[in-house]
Amino acid sequence: MNYIKFYSRLWMLCLTLVMASCAKDNYAPPSSAFTGRIVYQGTPLGTEDGQVYFELWQPGFGKSGSINVAVAQDGSYSAMLFNGSYKLVLPGGQGAFMGKNLSNGIPDTLQLDISGNKSLDLEVTPYYMIRNQQITASGKTITATCALEKIITDANAKNIERVSLYINKTQFVAASDTRKIANADLGGGAITDMNNISLSVAVPDIQPTQNYVFARIGVKIAGVEDMLYGPLQKITF
Amino acid sequence: MKHITIYLLLFTVVLAASCRKDSDFLDRKPTDVVAPEEVWKDKNLVLSVLAGFYDRFPDYQRIDRWWEFSNFDEAFPSAAGDYWRIQSTDWAYDWWSSWDYAFIRDLNMFIQAGNAATELDAMDKDRFLAEARFIRASVYFDLVKKMGGVPLILEPMDYDFSGDPTYLRHPRAKESEVYDFVLGELEAIKDQLPEDGTQTRATWGAALATEARAALYAGSVARYGAATPEVSLPGGEVGIPKEKAEAYYEKAFAAAKAIIDSKTYSLYQKKDDLSENFASLFTDKAGNPEVIFARDYLIKAGKTHGYTLSNQPRTSAEEQQGGRLNPSLNLAEEFELLNNTFAPFKTNEAAGGFAFYNNIGDIFAGRDARLRGTIIIPGDQFKGITVDIWAGWQLANGSVITGDQFGQIKDKVLPGDPKAVQVVGKDGPIDALEFGAQTGFFVRKYMDPNVGSGRIGTQSDVWWIRYRYAEVLLNAAEAAFELGNKDVAAGYLNEVRKRAGLVTPLTAAGITFDRIVHERRVELAFEDHILWDRKRWRIAHKTWNGEALNATTVTQDLGSATRINTMVFGLWPYKYYDPSGPNNGKYIFKVVKPSRVSKAHNFRMGNYYSLINASITSNNPLIVKQPNQ
Repeated sequence: MNYIKFYSRLWMLCLTLVMASCAKDNYAPPSSAFTGRIVYQGTPLGTEDGQVYFELWQPGFGKSGSINVAVAQDGSYSAMLFNGSYKLVLPGGQGAFMGKNLSNGIPDTLQLDISGNKSLDLEVTPYYMIRNQQITASGKTITATCALEKIITDANAKNIERVSLYINKTQFVAASDTRKIANADLGGGAITDMNNISLSVAVPDIQPTQNYVFARIGVKIAGVEDMLYGPLQKITF
Repeated sequence: MKHITIYLLLFTVVLAASCRKDSDFLDRKPTDVVAPEEVWKDKNLVLSVLAGFYDRFPDYQRIDRWWEFSNFDEAFPSAAGDYWRIQSTDWAYDWWSSWDYAFIRDLNMFIQAGNAATELDAMDKDRFLAEARFIRASVYFDLVKKMGGVPLILEPMDYDFSGDPTYLRHPRAKESEVYDFVLGELEAIKDQLPEDGTQTRATWGAALATEARAALYAGSVARYGAATPEVSLPGGEVGIPKEKAEAYYEKAFAAAKAIIDSKTYSLYQKKDDLSENFASLFTDKAGNPEVIFARDYLIKAGKTHGYTLSNQPRTSAEEQQGGRLNPSLNLAEEFELLNNTFAPFKTNEAAGGFAFYNNIGDIFAGRDARLRGTIIIPGDQFKGITVDIWAGWQLANGSVITGDQFGQIKDKVLPGDPKAVQVVGKDGPIDALEFGAQTGFFVRKYMDPNVGSGRIGTQSDVWWIRYRYAEVLLNAAEAAFELGNKDVAAGYLNEVRKRAGLVTPLTAAGITFDRIVHERRVELAFEDHILWDRKRWRIAHKTWNGEALNATTVTQDLGSATRINTMVFGLWPYKYYDPSGPNNGKYIFKVVKPSRVSKAHNFRMGNYYSLINASITSNNPLIVKQPNQ
């Protein structure tokens, strides 16, 4: 009986020690929220979820590596950071837009000082803008119209490879196979009027049945991997 | 007192004597390591060091790593631990990256010591040095095809302990500069290497074959890279200017033609059965005229690999395992009909309903002999035992009777048949059951027909062929095609095709980019070409575009260079059971996607050149990042 008492006390002691040591072990998590959107003249640019990122570098801590901040599909981003001074870089080849570049083509760096929460909209220049995206349903056919405005018209200008309408049963809508249930494509060569683009697609059978889909328009620009997307719309039919 | 003085004196003498010898005592010649300066005094020692270098020769896909062959939808990995390979969308950016400067340093030190050595015969010395430079050029070729331009380090670098190592930092060379180095180096050493006598050490032929392949890669990066301007860097570390393509293709053609004209090598044509012949090409190590440079294995020396053990059909297995690498239907249907046209395997009649076959192998008849030389199809034999691949009984009413164990026997399952019958093949296919033919196929290429090759205690010593004559012919054909000499290209292609039983020659008008791509895919399947070829032609992002395939689309666009190949499909045979009908006992086939295949592969632009990781860029800030990552 005494033994049991002794051991149970020992266990209690051990447990207390473990608990006590745990409490002291951890560092405080990063607590400053850095949020914002990728915008052109105040309008956020749609991307495919998880495909576009920018880099944050914090110099002065031995080996350097970047913190990659992923951009959400509505063009917003958020990262929890420690206070300090960072450098923000929009790497080349990310997104259907151009950041500010130096004369030798290397992306420019933005100095970023974080102390407490900070919100910052990153101004970039997209190759094109999707204007007046309107998506409607008529029966089980989804029709989308929009206008395309060519923003970059200098030597960096690029052509449109295709314009597509994507629909999905969840709110993640993009060109990837897992993010669409149907799509309609319009080749770049088939566009006659940039101000009047119309696409329509039939909704396939959805299991389990739902009476709505999410839809948006995507623009694939020739020679640019990431696509540009319009705002997400929920369409009930 | 007297004694103490004497002892003291003696002690002092001993102490002094031992002190004097201290440096000699500590500075001893090791008996188990050969010092670098010792190596170049003896021929055999140099050869031993070189053998170590040959062992480190870079390969990506190789027969001692069967699973790497299943990464690109050419085959299905029928092992539960490898299903993730066909269940992921993206390839990580650093998957096939390499930064082996430790090896380059060893080679540089070896070359430096060799150049300074005086004790060896000049002939021997030149050959050894040329071999080391061949390996170094091959390592740089491997780096450039994976990473693009890398720092060209040709002398061993040493740190001077000054506290400032920045002088050891070197920026990336241009991609074209690395290719130029590789080509120049091979051109410089080729005449110091023997013309024959070995297929596993560097030879004149191996140097030229490497040169032909490297020049072809550089040429196609220049020409086809123009279509993907986003895969390039402003400093030229990635991407080669379009104007340079012509010169590279000329070099590739000249190097390939020198090998062809020398008649040192020829196509392997020892057996009358063309499929047998093609399979033997890879396993016959005795006087094989086609092999230019290979990595050898030897059972007696204990240097073996488990390729046959891992992939043997269960019916002829020598252990309770095998069947892992299952070639895909996507690949199998690329093998042409004998009239040089493409057609999917006919599973259904045009009017509807199954197509029936009397024998299980009939559906594969009348095709390129390389089909059965590369893939073990249902009805084929391995080690003299016929494989037993069929998925179940198809009843006339549409239902299917099958089992969940290899070769399962069930009692009274067929309507009107009171007996117990086997309901599925001993080799599968059973969906999601590992080690069986889940696509309906096993691999044949490199499978060792010798007894014991499938035993854990023995395993196989079939060699891994890095360069062979047929590839040289294909390289010559491609270079000629790119230079506009289509009739020359047709001539070389037809030589390779004739050996495969495609005796109707292609005409110059029939030579297209699609043809070149197709011929390499079927001739060089499972030989570590698919990834590099698709990368250099910049079609990887089109063939692995992330679009899901279905049983119809997987049979379309055969022979097209940009045919979508994102998911592995299989072709499953069934026995037809209809006692009252004319088709009873015949075979039917179904195109099936194994249920483990869940995602479509997507080759991102950032995959064209592999990741240079943060620890490298952090140590050397002069290294610029790869594009699109």
